[in-house]
Amino acid sequence: MESKLKFKNKKIGMKAENMQTESYVCDSIITLANRWDHFLVRIGWRRNHHRVKPGLYKLGNPTQESTIFVSANYTLSFDALRSSLKGIDCYILVLDTKGINVWCAAGKGSFGTEELVHRIEITKLSNIVDHRTIILPQLGAPGVCAHEVRKRSGFKVEYGPVRASDLPKYLETRTATTEMRRVRFNLRDRLELIPVEINAFLFIMIVVIFTGLFTKEIWKSLQIFGILITGLALFPILLPWIPTRDFTTKGLLLGCVAVIMIYSLPSYLIGGIVGWVLVFETLINMLIMTPVVAFLALNFTGSTTFTSRTGVKREIFKYIPILAVMFISGIVLSVIVYLTNMEVII
Amino acid sequence: MSTKILKKTAKKKPVNTLEYKPELCINCGMCSAVCPHGVFKSGKDAAKIVSFDACMECGACQLNCSVNAIKVDSGVGCANAMILAALKIRKKATCGEIC
Repeated sequence: MESKLKFKNKKIGMKAENMQTESYVCDSIITLANRWDHFLVRIGWRRNHHRVKPGLYKLGNPTQESTIFVSANYTLSFDALRSSLKGIDCYILVLDTKGINVWCAAGKGSFGTEELVHRIEITKLSNIVDHRTIILPQLGAPGVCAHEVRKRSGFKVEYGPVRASDLPKYLETRTATTEMRRVRFNLRDRLELIPVEINAFLFIMIVVIFTGLFTKEIWKSLQIFGILITGLALFPILLPWIPTRDFTTKGLLLGCVAVIMIYSLPSYLIGGIVGWVLVFETLINMLIMTPVVAFLALNFTGSTTFTSRTGVKREIFKYIPILAVMFISGIVLSVIVYLTNMEVII
Repeated sequence: MSTKILKKTAKKKPVNTLEYKPELCINCGMCSAVCPHGVFKSGKDAAKIVSFDACMECGACQLNCSVNAIKVDSGVGCANAMILAALKIRKKATCGEIC
């Protein structure tokens, strides 16, 4: 009998642990520490470690009638939301998305129906407010099935604007304009991505530079460095202005220009190489280096806001073999040139 | 003239798998609300596709359509994820832990 009671108590105790009994408190102020955290996120420093504790937060002095906003437990997402709600008394329900932003988490389902219903339950949201409406960011929609959430939790899901900064305007009429409903990918958005793109290839870049330093071929390693920067930084910047639709062909075009600027022009101006030798050298460098830029361009698809799986898949099947053939034939050609001692060319 | 254009567009393979059955639509407006690229627009009696090629297969419309009028094979449009999956480094073509 006693043991049974103990077991029961333990079970209740465990349940209480899972419940959030009191709401956390937050404000709309972005502190210096927050800004430092945002900077670290942007350079890709410990990308998985910028988290907020999941649960229900009070912003200002919310009442039983106050609006509820839902967010992800990623500092950039949460901070964008709370800083956009200056002077508004409300609740913020933070889902456990493992430190991933709303859109990406929705894509893999962690910002999803299950987690939302679960979080509504353990925060006892239905006891805290009288109304039954929650406002979700529009980009949470790929993971959340609104009618299922309503069926299971009683809460009606309302999709707000894409960007939290549009919320004050949205709240005036509770309707989003066409502009609020669209994702963008303007120059600023693309610039913000560059440090993370570079971070992904940082190791290779360091290896390239150090190999150059140790083999005293600094110029050559700088050229390769330039090619990598073209693919990682210049490509995202120039993306909408490069003609052609495919990312790979865009990359090939940009790669050709880069090879001429980085390899051929210095050869001509400094090395004094002219005629067929220059043409042949340019050809070999293009065969090796343009596929590198094109590959980096193709890799950038995952960072954009508009590429579809079908489109990217088709590009991979269509272009990866071509890029591989180009690269390998370029390497083979340069080895032949090296072995036959035509040092003038390379 | 018009058939020529039609033939030309038919030749170009669509870059997405979006399918929509307007006869099932109850005109609730959900698809046009959740779509980040303005593919759908609320019509008089049913939603209509106004910008088919802009679809990025995020799957939001399908998931939020209560009458299953929309079908799309959703997934991430990320070459990196697909290449890693093809090389068996990652099990599925999805984002990893960090993105």
